[in-house]
Amino acid sequence: MIKVAIIGLGKMGMSHCAILGAHPDVELVAMCDPDGLLQSAFKKLTKIACYTDYKRMIEETKPDAVYVVAPTKLHEEMVVYALEHGCHVFCEKPFSLTEKDGKIMVDAAKKYNKVNQVGYHNRFIGTFVEAKRMMDAGLIGKPFHFMGEAYGPVVLKSKGGTWRSDKRAGGGCVMDYAAHVLNLVNFVCGSPIVKVAGTSMPSIFSAEVDDAVYSTLILENGLKGQLSVCWSDDTVRKMTTSLKIEGDKGNLFIDATTLKIYVKEENKAEGLEKGWNEKYIPELTPIVFFNLRGEEYSEETDHFIQCIKQQKMFHCNTFEEAFKTDQIINALMEDSNNG
Amino acid sequence: MDKVILGDNQFFGVNHLSDERSRAQAVRFKEDQSILDVLNTAKDCGVNTFMCTTHDRIANIIALIKKNPEKYKDLKFHPCMPYAHKYANAVTELGIVGTLKAYIPGNILAVASKAGIAYVRKDFPTLMELLIDAEMKMFDGMNTPVIFLQNVIVDLLMGLGMDELFVHYAEYIKNKYNAEPGFITMNMPRMVDMCERLGIKNPIICSSINKIGFRMSGSIEEYEEYLRSDKEFRPMAMQCLAAGALNPQEAMGYVCQFPKIESVLFGASSKAHIQQNKDLIEQLSAEALKKMK
Repeated sequence: MIKVAIIGLGKMGMSHCAILGAHPDVELVAMCDPDGLLQSAFKKLTKIACYTDYKRMIEETKPDAVYVVAPTKLHEEMVVYALEHGCHVFCEKPFSLTEKDGKIMVDAAKKYNKVNQVGYHNRFIGTFVEAKRMMDAGLIGKPFHFMGEAYGPVVLKSKGGTWRSDKRAGGGCVMDYAAHVLNLVNFVCGSPIVKVAGTSMPSIFSAEVDDAVYSTLILENGLKGQLSVCWSDDTVRKMTTSLKIEGDKGNLFIDATTLKIYVKEENKAEGLEKGWNEKYIPELTPIVFFNLRGEEYSEETDHFIQCIKQQKMFHCNTFEEAFKTDQIINALMEDSNNG
Repeated sequence: MDKVILGDNQFFGVNHLSDERSRAQAVRFKEDQSILDVLNTAKDCGVNTFMCTTHDRIANIIALIKKNPEKYKDLKFHPCMPYAHKYANAVTELGIVGTLKAYIPGNILAVASKAGIAYVRKDFPTLMELLIDAEMKMFDGMNTPVIFLQNVIVDLLMGLGMDELFVHYAEYIKNKYNAEPGFITMNMPRMVDMCERLGIKNPIICSSINKIGFRMSGSIEEYEEYLRSDKEFRPMAMQCLAAGALNPQEAMGYVCQFPKIESVLFGASSKAHIQQNKDLIEQLSAEALKKMK
């Protein structure tokens, strides 16, 4: 059994906690959160040990792995402390707020040679995984443009108050929403973003942070595309992420439920007819050990646990990859300030 | 429970297959009357049970229904609580205590109230009762023979190991509402085992059951084993069409081969679809029974 402890029990923390609790190879030994009500609930209703001091938790329970699901500004000290104490680390996104913090964490994970993973769950959604495979196989030929989008109803009126409205705490649409799209573009297109241009990050309702991000992204392989992200959009029920890639032999349209591929010529080996072809999430979704909010969250946790069990790095969502996404977030903010 | 039950996802833009269809549905059901029209159609087809989330708009529909009590006297509701997005958004905006303050009737910070005492004592079962009452308010005067806990809560509490709350939920629903407790889950075999362990007798458990194993955690074989077993539980099937990946004939054919399944839940909006699903379920269940004899 892999002994796991978790720091931070917000919405994501709670969800990780339940999935870990259900994983057949995991013993969830401890949680750490400053909230009094949560503390009593866990003490009264579960067998999980409760702490308010994460250092004490790690020292006393000696977990094999730690989930860091606290606000981003606290990641660096927690992640480094866990690594120094011999723990593998899963960290939620956004990974880091500054270049310095990000680099310290990436270096520490290398130095202590521990499994490290960041919570970009889209990489475990069947449609996006299949899109990546199709891109690698060159099914749409040479790509010449992409469009990455995400919309959702997070901030719909002027009101401050939570960490999402605090730039220094890792709030803002660029951190919360755009990060997912940037990470996904890197993954599906198979090349990191190296430059951004013409960035606009308007505040629509928020006083301190951006509510939308629009920009041009340039990948290392030369491919260019657009980013369009807004979290003040109540035309959708929940966060909706999509990617469109245009190539000289066809087009790909992907969201979390559907993959559509248009090919100019029939591809018998792939079972693709000339023109439109569609694949839906039921056929692209694996059966998981436990399902709380979608298979991707279970797959993400299972990936981390299997890496630890097999003492291997599978290089999916590593600190290093997440750090690249953070660097692009910083580049977007800088570009927007200069523009 | 009726064999055939109409669900509500189609009314609220929930579509597991396509974000595009989800938007189209949200447009079609913008007006409350358009939802009631579908309930009327279902009634004409002989479908009298409506399983619905405790969404704010259901309160509007019930207000319309109350204007015509004679017409809807046979209509049964299976409320599913809570409408999780409402609480998730509230927790993001108001924090946990703020959310409790907003949704528990009375003032949790007033020490003399039931809510206040429960809050001060960190009495979670009582806080849960107060939240249940708040969610059930909109169903005042309606027939609610089964009251479900949504999968997001069931599976969260199950993962966390907060077993005591399930026992308390089941007892409270029976005693206060004179109804059967129901549990929606994405992890049916695990839930059946847990209820057995906790002594929750013959629980109603609603889960995805379909030919391709979509949203059937663990494995389809394990689900089938439980559906063929003599384990004490009352299964209800949902997502039989695997979000549209299966055609109705093969989808219902698969589900109806298990006589243990008491009810089949599906979402549809047109008369043709509702009638087709209902006829298929009844006809295929009867055929399966005949074969067994």
